[in-house]
Amino acid sequence: MIPELGNFALILAFCLSVLLGFIPMIGAARNNVLWMSLARPLTVGVFVFLSISLFVLGYSFVADDFSVQFVASHSNTMLPIYYKITAVWGGHEGSFLFWTWMLGGWMLAVCIFSKAMPDEFVARVLAIMGLICVGYTLFMLATSNPFDRVLPFPPADGADLNAALQDFAFIIHPPSLYMGYVGFSVVFAFAIAALISGRLDAAWARWCRPWANAAWAILTLGLSLGSWWAYYELGWGGWWAWDPVENPPLITWLLGAAMIHSLAATEKRGVFKSWTVLLAIMAFASSLLGTFITRSGLLTSVHAFATDPTRGVYILGFLALIIGGSLILYAVRAPQLKSEFGFGSFSREVFLLANNLILVVASAAILLGTLYPMVYQAMSGGDLISVGPPFFNTIFVPLMGILVVLMAIGPISRWKRTSFAHLRAQLGKVAIAAVSLGVVIPVLLTMDVPFGTIGTAVLALWVIFSMASDIKTKIANKSSVVSGLRSLPVSYWGMTLAHFGFVMTMAGACLTSIYSIERSVLLQAGQSAELGRYTFRFEGTRYVEGPNFIADEATIVVSRGGEFYKNLYPQKRLYVASGTPTSQMGIDGRFLRDLFTTLGDQRENGAWSMTVYVKPFVRWIWIGTIFIAFGGILAVTDKRYRQFKVKQSEKVARDNPGTTLAGEIV
Amino acid sequence: MKNFKLYIPVAVFAVLAVFMWQGLFLDTRTLPSVLIDRPLPEFELRSLEMGDRLLTTADLPDEPFILNIWGSYCLPCLQENPIFMSAKERGIIPIIGLNYKDRDDAARNWLDINGNPFDLNIIDDNGRYGIDLGVYGAPETFLVDANGVIRFKHIGVINYRIWEDEIMPAIAAIRAGGNS
Repeated sequence: MIPELGNFALILAFCLSVLLGFIPMIGAARNNVLWMSLARPLTVGVFVFLSISLFVLGYSFVADDFSVQFVASHSNTMLPIYYKITAVWGGHEGSFLFWTWMLGGWMLAVCIFSKAMPDEFVARVLAIMGLICVGYTLFMLATSNPFDRVLPFPPADGADLNAALQDFAFIIHPPSLYMGYVGFSVVFAFAIAALISGRLDAAWARWCRPWANAAWAILTLGLSLGSWWAYYELGWGGWWAWDPVENPPLITWLLGAAMIHSLAATEKRGVFKSWTVLLAIMAFASSLLGTFITRSGLLTSVHAFATDPTRGVYILGFLALIIGGSLILYAVRAPQLKSEFGFGSFSREVFLLANNLILVVASAAILLGTLYPMVYQAMSGGDLISVGPPFFNTIFVPLMGILVVLMAIGPISRWKRTSFAHLRAQLGKVAIAAVSLGVVIPVLLTMDVPFGTIGTAVLALWVIFSMASDIKTKIANKSSVVSGLRSLPVSYWGMTLAHFGFVMTMAGACLTSIYSIERSVLLQAGQSAELGRYTFRFEGTRYVEGPNFIADEATIVVSRGGEFYKNLYPQKRLYVASGTPTSQMGIDGRFLRDLFTTLGDQRENGAWSMTVYVKPFVRWIWIGTIFIAFGGILAVTDKRYRQFKVKQSEKVARDNPGTTLAGEIV
Repeated sequence: MKNFKLYIPVAVFAVLAVFMWQGLFLDTRTLPSVLIDRPLPEFELRSLEMGDRLLTTADLPDEPFILNIWGSYCLPCLQENPIFMSAKERGIIPIIGLNYKDRDDAARNWLDINGNPFDLNIIDDNGRYGIDLGVYGAPETFLVDANGVIRFKHIGVINYRIWEDEIMPAIAAIRAGGNS
């Protein structure tokens, strides 16, 4: 009975989304205040019913209701309670409900934080998000209902959650990734509302920026968590595999990064307007494309959900409608979005344009590499090929290198026109210092000429020194360093932190791929293996039991230079219900290097196979992304967005006294 | 139309959508390979076991066998290895490995550590033979009959369920077909 309530709530959410998609939109077109004012209550309704639906699914998991097909195939009575709850997003149907609920959450957030915006605009934004919600809820009801039943003979116990997913990161990675992903629909809705109304000014860009930043920052965390999880769970010692399902979020991330920079120019200088709108549409399209790829079985991959062509047909139809429709709308309306000012050929605008160009080319290349096997298959009539990491690395690494070079120059250059002399004054010493230290330090440390390391060090120092030099110039006239640092706007700190984080991530990625070493060995208890400066002695295994698995746990004694350093305990687990074996790594994570051990199988004479890794700097990759995300969030809190809101709401209240919700608040 | 370039995005999207539409109906998992019921392509390749001697199709078993595409870098291969090991122990069918885009030493090391279910490991280090076979990526598994004709193909990892429900019946069918 209870699952039917969830289904019913889902149907109601669908009905309310249909109303939300049309009534406020028509109201905005006809300037009907009553119809427009329905946007907020309808949004709340959609969110409430989606929440009920999600809650019911969670309840079905907790109550072990195996008459629900989705619960039966993704849970088990022995599964710990926290995995039972999070198993909601452990498969296609439930994760799509969760995804749709996230959309509802963002819609609610727009409701709450849009008090400064004109009613007409809010009505359009919410209506567009309502239409997207119509597509999602209809998709669930038509092709992948999480409340489908196995009746009249429900199984006695469930098939268990995929063993690889039973990990702490599974509790946080999908929510953050989805939240970031879905957040791009807010910016998309803003862009389409701007195209419909023809109003795209500095105010629009200022409304848009916090949303774009927030979605992008959360997506950064989601991606990073996924990479960290893959690193310590899959046990191949890598952190990014250019998997066809990892790539779409990265494409969205790159387009989102481009959009954030382009929005800055749109807000400050009124330029790149139609380009910003196009980026917003493309970023959202790439997020839908990611959905399409994972859920249609278009590409085979470790992440792919069950394959079902009808789902693919539905999502593709939805994609064609939403993205095709918005791109046509863009083509028709973009000529109205004229730039207000020109800019010189050497200015911050130009550097932002270069940034955008690089990011968009990088995303296009990744898209090409991801879809090429499919295109090839379609053209050759069935043959399959794969595009591997060499393709992506060859394109991605040089592009990011150029991006980092420009990252030092862009923030220092001035809007409209910047003189070469200005740049030389600011960056001359920076360049000399970066190149000399970037060459000398690696050479002294390694007593060799490691070109990859030198390149990495020079680029990283180049950006870091330029940021330091910029801050120094900016606070030169202040009375003290502290008051100077305080006087810099929060959004400036956000940018600086994010840039620093990006450099750290890039440096970590480069250095770890240069210096990682690994060794696969077959050891009997008491034997050891040497790797780098470390000795790994295998002390044997013991039997351990978890709630729903049994495992062999090895004790590996790590010593350095003959001195005891640490014990590591990798496990080989067998999940009882599904009979799936998994490996649990033994990791010692430090700021400068990780020790990473995996336990293989037992062989003849009681010897165990195992692989040990020393991975220098690998942690920088994820620490860097925390800086990026934190920088993005910090920029959202900049007080000028809030100041502006007050002014704007006063203005709206003046303009339409008595008719507006927006005027009453703040 | 003076703003025709504004229509470029929608045109690009339309082309992409057409390919995706086609892609949907070319299911990479279940679509029979174009090579099904064709002879195994000819090759002249080294093996892990036989030093510098180049092997050809003549060196393959003259009974039905499994051809498994694997690599030491391939995580799912690790997952299906125990299945092949038990098949080998029970003497169900000869298993030939095609070590795909791998390094010899890494491959040997992997076999030492994880166990070697293969009667023979053909080396396709540059992936050329993989192209002839239409390999998408490791792991992939082919069933070849006694006459050297490919009769079955599975893309992706083999778990116990796939082994019992698909591979074993396919082996039985090939053996039955061979007798009649």
